[in-house]
This record gives sequence, C-alpha cells and structure tokens, in this order.
Amino acid sequence: MGKTIIEKIITNHTTEDVASGNIVWMEIDVRSARDFGGANVIKNLQKYYPNESQIADPKKTFFTFDCVVPAKTIGYAENQHIARVFARKHLARDNLYDVDAGIGSHVMIEKGLAVPGDTVVGTDSHLNLLGAIGSFGQGMGDQDIAFTFKTGKTWFEVPDSMNITIEGKPAPNAFAKDVTLGVLQQIGSKRALGKSIEFYGNTVESLNLAGRITLASMVTEMGGIIGLIPPDEQVIQYCKERSSREFPIYEADTNANYVETLKFDFTGLEPLIALPPSPANVKPVAEVTGKPVDSVIVASCTNGRYEDIAIVSKMLKDKKVHKDVMMKVVPATKEVFGLLLKNSLINILHEAGAIITNPGCGGCAAGQIGMTGKGEVQVSTGNRNFAGKQGSGETYLASPATAAASALAGEISVPEL
Amino acid sequence: MKKITLLEGRAIVIKDNKGKAIDDIDTDMIFHNKYLHITEINEMGQYAFDNLQGWEEFSKMARSGDILVVGKSFGAGSSRQQAVDCFRALGVQMIIGESFGAIYKRNAINSGMPLIIAPQIMTENLETGDIIKANLETGEINNISKDQWLKKTNPLSEVQLDIYHAGTLFEYGKRLD
Repeated sequence: MGKTIIEKIITNHTTEDVASGNIVWMEIDVRSARDFGGANVIKNLQKYYPNESQIADPKKTFFTFDCVVPAKTIGYAENQHIARVFARKHLARDNLYDVDAGIGSHVMIEKGLAVPGDTVVGTDSHLNLLGAIGSFGQGMGDQDIAFTFKTGKTWFEVPDSMNITIEGKPAPNAFAKDVTLGVLQQIGSKRALGKSIEFYGNTVESLNLAGRITLASMVTEMGGIIGLIPPDEQVIQYCKERSSREFPIYEADTNANYVETLKFDFTGLEPLIALPPSPANVKPVAEVTGKPVDSVIVASCTNGRYEDIAIVSKMLKDKKVHKDVMMKVVPATKEVFGLLLKNSLINILHEAGAIITNPGCGGCAAGQIGMTGKGEVQVSTGNRNFAGKQGSGETYLASPATAAASALAGEISVPEL
Repeated sequence: MKKITLLEGRAIVIKDNKGKAIDDIDTDMIFHNKYLHITEINEMGQYAFDNLQGWEEFSKMARSGDILVVGKSFGAGSSRQQAVDCFRALGVQMIIGESFGAIYKRNAINSGMPLIIAPQIMTENLETGDIIKANLETGEINNISKDQWLKKTNPLSEVQLDIYHAGTLFEYGKRLD
C-alpha cells in the first residue's frame, strides 16, 4: 500500500511502522509555546523534571508571544515574564519571539523556522496552518509541549487521510477565504474529525502563500488535524530564501489510501459568510446583505497577511468607513506591519477611519484589540464565531474584501471588484 | 502499581433544556479565553462550562467522582489544557463522548483522564444522576440505576491505558527511558 503525505512526513520522523491507526513515537523538529500555555509548560517542566536538564535541544525550542501582546492584564504579564526569563536562560539566543513579533505560526514561516516536511508543535490550535507550506504543524496542550521540550518527541496516532480536490475559478470578488468557507459548507465541522486532509486541484494550486495559509488554518474548524497543500515553486522558493536547511517535498503515492475522496467544482463561487454561532454555518453573503454592522475586524492567523490587508486598503482608498462602524486592523506579524508602512497602506487605512494596532492575534484570544458587547454585530476575517468567544456580540466570518465592503456600507455587503 | 479500570460514578449528561445533545462544544465554552492566564489547577474548576448556555452552574453541581457524558466533537477549538484540567479540578473521573476534538483527546489522555468514545451514547437510556459503571479495558458501560447495559464501545487504546496507569505522560515517559 502506498503512503499519503502525512504518512511520509511521520515515517521520516519515526523508526516505527507507519500506517493509519498505529501509534508511533515521532521526533519533533520545532517545539514551541506561546504566552498562552507557555507558563504552564514551564510549570510542568519544573514539576516533573526539577533537578535535571529540561530542554532536549535549545536550538529547536522556541517561545512566540502573540495572544495578548503587549500584556494588558497582570496575569498575562506575569506568564510572559516567566517564559521570557526561562527562554533567556535555557534556549538559544534568538529563540524568543517577544510581544513585538506577531503570530507565532506566521513568524515560523517568515523566519524559516519551519520548512516543508517538518514536524512542528506548539500551544496553538491553528499551528496546523503550516500545512500551507507542506509542514506538519500541530497544536497541543501544555503537557504535550512540556514533554517535547524535554524529550524532543511525542506519541502520535497516525491519522486517516482525506483527499479533497477543488477545481474551477471562483467569481472575481471571491477569495481564498470564500474557498475555505465553501469547503466548510460542504464538509461541516465533523466530517474531517481527527483526519489529515490533502488539498488538490487548480483552485488550490492558484492560491498564493497567504491564500494557502487561509485555507490550511481553518482545517481546525473542519475538525481536521492538518490540511496539507503540496508546495508549488513559489512556496518552495519562499522557504528556501528564509532557511538554509535542506527540505524534502513529499508527494502522496498514487496508491495511497484515503478514507474519503471528494471533488468540488467552485467555478463561479460567490462570496460566502459564516453566521454565528458556527464557522460551518455558511451562507452566500448575498443572502444576508443589509444586516447592520457595528464593527469590522481584519486580523487573525487566517486573514492577517499583507495580501489580505492590501485588498482592504485598495477598497478603502479615498473612502470613509461608515460612521456607525468601528474598524480594526491587526497585521499578523512585524514583517507585515513593516510592509504596510513601507508601501503607505497604513495611511490609507488611517485616512479611511480604521484603527491599526501592533501585530498579534488580534481579537481572538481576549486579545489586544477588544471584544464585542451584547447586541454588537461584528464582521471578522478570523476563524471562529462560537457564542461568547469574541465577547457577547455576534460574529460573522468573511473574507477581507467582504469585511471592507461591509465596513464602508455599514451593513453586510457583497464586495464589488 | 496499576489503577482500577472499572470506574463507577454519577453521570452528568450534557444536553440542552429541550433534552437534546449539545454537539460542537468548543473549548471557549468549556473554559473561556478570559481565564487562560490561570496556571493553578485548583483555581480552574470554578470556571468549567461557565460559557455554555444552561450549564453555567456546572461547577456548583459537580461532585468528585462524577462521569461527564457529552455529544459530538466535544472540545474542538483551542489547544488549552485547562479545558481538561478544569474537570480534573472538580474531581470528574472520566469523560464519555460521541466524538472529541483531536487536541482535546490528546490532552485528556496525557493528563491521565480516562476518555471513552461511545458514538451513540446520547441516544441511550441515560440521564443526569444515573450511576454508571465503565470498564476501561473492555469498553462495557452499565447503567446501574436503570439496570441496563449500554452499547459496547471501544476500550481505551494501549497508549491511553499505559498513560492512565502511569498517571501522566511525564511519568509514562520516564518508564520508557
């Protein structure tokens, strides 16, 4: 029997027999923790390994602060400082990405910490967005992460794989987020539960890195453990420019075993939106137009890239956000922020009336840019809209273009491009 | 020393006020992100389910030894260990559910919390307050209060049982070296 991509990645990181359902010990190339979870990781290390070395490899171990940056509560400040002091003492010099750096998973791609074919773990359930570069990123709890800091490995049950092929050219006003919501509409929040998804087809192939990140990030909301997108030349080049490490590019064998093979035709796909309280509650934007909007947030590991914010800037240029709308923009990383500054996109956003903050996770984790109040309707480019998650208001998930169009109109609107 | 694998306790079945199973309970409903700075397990119990409509008072009703029974895709969402630890803090001794988020399942296993996947448990004759007995090694569950065997489920996997007996992933890891 041939192997799927995830089986090939795991095979390259274990000495045991890799087949769906087997539990194997897997070597981890990149081990990380965030400001959320980080202090708990250290607590576990100190509790279980009090008088011995707690870090298997200081070069492969990282802290990335991105949840509440800079800390706005004393609890977060204390946790960050515990991790900061620990990192200075135990990790390689440059392996602490502090509150200025941005979203850890994105930093890993930009800085070349993770490359295709890697196994990467961290205290972030969207770390699987590394599937965008063909890397096996996996969010884990603080005990798991502490264990990998100490041993460099963890146990893993080899998952089943799904094969999803998406063909067709979406409508000109539909983007990677709409393709992603389209998949969620098709498979819901449970069909991929615990599975690895491989994405194929010309719709997927035509996505740039930012678009691939969008698609791979929301595999979490599909219930999947990872969404792997085979890297194209552009992605390979990007990763080579940012890392000196050699890396393999895995292709699934032609006789690999998939528990499910799905084909979607997204020709002419219209802009989509996920209604509260579930990311899988997807409808065409056209069906909910006219709903008054109080706030719009362009941010998150799903849609906080330069390309995402550039679309918004283009739509907002020489225009004003509706007077009843509070618009917030959070770049994913410091590099994204720098590029926005350099290309004067921040001016455009500012002139249009948007609030722009330092990089980070934005609103998702009781974050730096505020929550919603009761009755508030928010359009977000993020990935979750569960009840109470982002406050007591209602969150609609949409593309940056739909978010911008809604910000201008003061109501949910189909972007016109 | 091996731990007991026949667990008995009071079931708390997580349904809505119409008696319907609540699927897709995400980690923010179990342990909201506003409490994520908490690292002390004893402080976590009071916040369990405080963002789950109808179950906000869970921490007051839960007793040590309870068995939590949940629907599909329980614990999807974030990687927070607190979403398991808040139940451990309250003394919940086991979680039985129709299916679980992948990270949640790992977190439960690694912390030694027995977790049984019973794909149809929400359709069974089982309600909050019933005393049930579950065999971790065979997957058999008996509703003692109703004198009825539930559908047989999968037992704990080998690694799950090993970590359960060791106590935590850390203790298990030490035994392997």
